[in-house]
Amino acid sequence: MNGENKQLTKTNPFMPETARIVRTYHLTEDVKFFQVRIVEMDKALSFKYRPGQFAMISVLGAGEAPFSISSTPSRPGLLEFCIRKAGTVTNALFRMKENDLVGFRGPYGNGFPLEKMKDKDILITVGGLGVAPLRSVLLYCLDNRDQFRRVSLLHGAKRPAEMIFREEFFALKQREDLECHLAVDEDDTGTWTENIGVVTTLFLKLKEIDIANTFALICGPPVMYKFVIKELVKLNIPKDQILMTLERRMKCGVGKCGHCAIDYVYTCLDGPVFTYWDVIHMRELI
Amino acid sequence: MRITKLKKDNLFPFLEIISEEADLWVPVKKEDKHVFKVVDDFSEIEMNSTRTILPPRKIFLPPNFNMFSVSEKGYKEDFSHVTKKILFGVHPCDIHGLIILDNFNKQAYLDSYYLEARKNTLILGLSCWPDEYCFAKSSNTHVIEEGYDLFFTNLEDFFLVWIGSSQGDDLIRLKPELFDEELKNKDIQTYINWQAERNNAYKWNINFAALPDLMELKYKDPLWERLGDACLACGSCSNVCPTCNCYNIMDKQCLGGKDGKIMRHWDACTLKEYSEVAGGENFREKRADRLKLWYTHKLQAYISKYGKPSCVGCGRCIATCPVDINVRTVGKALIGEEVDAFWARINKEVTK
Ligand SMILES: Cc1cc2nc3c(=O)[nH]c(=O)nc-3n(C[C@H](O)[C@H](O)[C@H](O)COP(=O)(O)OP(=O)(O)OC[C@H]3O[C@@H](n4cnc5c(N)ncnc54)[C@H](O)[C@@H]3O)c2cc1C
Ligand code: SF4
Ligand code: SF4
Ligand code: FES
Repeated sequence: MNGENKQLTKTNPFMPETARIVRTYHLTEDVKFFQVRIVEMDKALSFKYRPGQFAMISVLGAGEAPFSISSTPSRPGLLEFCIRKAGTVTNALFRMKENDLVGFRGPYGNGFPLEKMKDKDILITVGGLGVAPLRSVLLYCLDNRDQFRRVSLLHGAKRPAEMIFREEFFALKQREDLECHLAVDEDDTGTWTENIGVVTTLFLKLKEIDIANTFALICGPPVMYKFVIKELVKLNIPKDQILMTLERRMKCGVGKCGHCAIDYVYTCLDGPVFTYWDVIHMRELI
Repeated sequence: MRITKLKKDNLFPFLEIISEEADLWVPVKKEDKHVFKVVDDFSEIEMNSTRTILPPRKIFLPPNFNMFSVSEKGYKEDFSHVTKKILFGVHPCDIHGLIILDNFNKQAYLDSYYLEARKNTLILGLSCWPDEYCFAKSSNTHVIEEGYDLFFTNLEDFFLVWIGSSQGDDLIRLKPELFDEELKNKDIQTYINWQAERNNAYKWNINFAALPDLMELKYKDPLWERLGDACLACGSCSNVCPTCNCYNIMDKQCLGGKDGKIMRHWDACTLKEYSEVAGGENFREKRADRLKLWYTHKLQAYISKYGKPSCVGCGRCIATCPVDINVRTVGKALIGEEVDAFWARINKEVTK
């Protein structure tokens, strides 16, 4: 029966594509940026995804792990990731150089509901590595600026050196069609010109919010959700317009291995983007 | 569906012939329990077997197998676990379990490792008689109308054989003269009597319809903490349950080389490492929370989605859990029956 195996390839959802690392550099001490391209050119160009989706990246011998796609589908061809060193797979990725090959499969998950977000105000709050999925949405909104109304970004990091995509966001501050507020918990450089304080203090900086027409997107470390949601609920933003991405352990990404299950839902299929309304109804969430 | 008749004397000759087509797995005795096995001598077959220790999925989808061989050249799929198999002696509840897994593995993304193996496995069902653990009648999984290639109902000196698929029909055609299409009225009456008697043989039942609400209402009940204190987090309940599907994927590197394998093996949500994420954060640190997930899946989630539980009443968790946490005790505790006796038992286990 082994001889027949070839024809299965196309239907095997676990079979990775080969992708080449075309660029990689440190964003912070323990977070690296990876730009990859699927080796087969037509696949690279026809690869479709939506902001908020993730991919499984694998390193031969080390294993496979889920990572949010950080680039935007409005700039096809290259896929970008920011990856924190956490264990076996991520360590192996950190050792890889430009031109090295990785396994790649995806995109997986639901992603952000862009159709619903159209013609609405977009308020993005990120902390730490939460930029990974939200940068994708942000760039998508900026690339399709006429499809959205106000776009604002609140971005917090512990210290200036830990702010991921610091330069990119500083540059974005110059744009007049984006309201961008950056904060660090503490400034150990003495040269920080932006806000000091936790990310929730940035809510005070926002101009008046059109509550009914605002989608608030959150991603960050678990502790951040609690505080940010409290602010958003205080502002009266409808619970089904508060969107967050959740992290769970994932082994397959395709709704089979069970690891990402929360109550009834499989985070890899039904998530990782959930509304606050969903979250209230799931007993095990945050 | 066509039904034919096979005299008991003709069973072994029939099995002899079909065993030339594929590996034939049959139920045999192992100490006081039963397992599926490939045998040379059909007299080893236990026609009146109770539940096998492990469910049928273990035969076609091994607990541990290679998904890919990896080398510098890349990934090479490995489907060597897919071989032609015939499983004889699968009970109705287990066939229901297979249907649940089949549907699950066809949903959204097709799991080719499961589906290819399943496609190459013929299911020859066999009727059974309930013992003290069985409660398949509660979930209406004590009878079966689909999901098998042949189904043998074990009556006096003959079997009634339901032909459930064209592959099942092909098996019969290998030697049609062993079968007897002509059913006598007497045979039919024997079947009717047998069925009535069997229906009455179930010793206990559980009200599945009440459980989704009770899971919700008692989600914060201290009963879960008490169960959690008793649970050994051994994962046995998941290993034996015919509707558990969870697995883990691990890279295995060959010593010294670049070559390796990507292995898939069974996992269990009752194990601690199951839900751990980067940074050591664990969303289900507590055993109580992991048991809640298990029982949410068996007693609540599937019922809400498909109108029936993902428990098929096989009784394996009852026969297996070393500390008596199982669908029966948990179900009864949720309903509020037999609670004291249950806690007395559980507490005895804890202090042991
Ligand atoms: C939808 C989603 C999107 C993600 N996006 C990003 C991202 O953009 N950038 C990023 O750096 N990280 C992201 N992660 C987390 C990333 O998957 C983990 O850091 C990675 O799996 C760790 O793998 P490892 O082999 O390096 O660590 P391991 O050696 O496996 O273990 C290190 C720690 O990570 C835990 N872990 C193992 N497997 C997983 C897993 N599949 N998911 C989560 N934790 C796990 C282990 O329990 C252990 O505590 C995302 C996770 C999910 C679920
Ligand atoms: S929960 Fe228990 S009785 Fe129900 S199918 Fe699983 S092992 Fe069998
Ligand atoms: S419930 Fe029983 S079988 Fe399951 S993990 Fe706990 S002790 Fe083991
Ligand atoms: S990651 Fe396997 S089911 Fe979601």
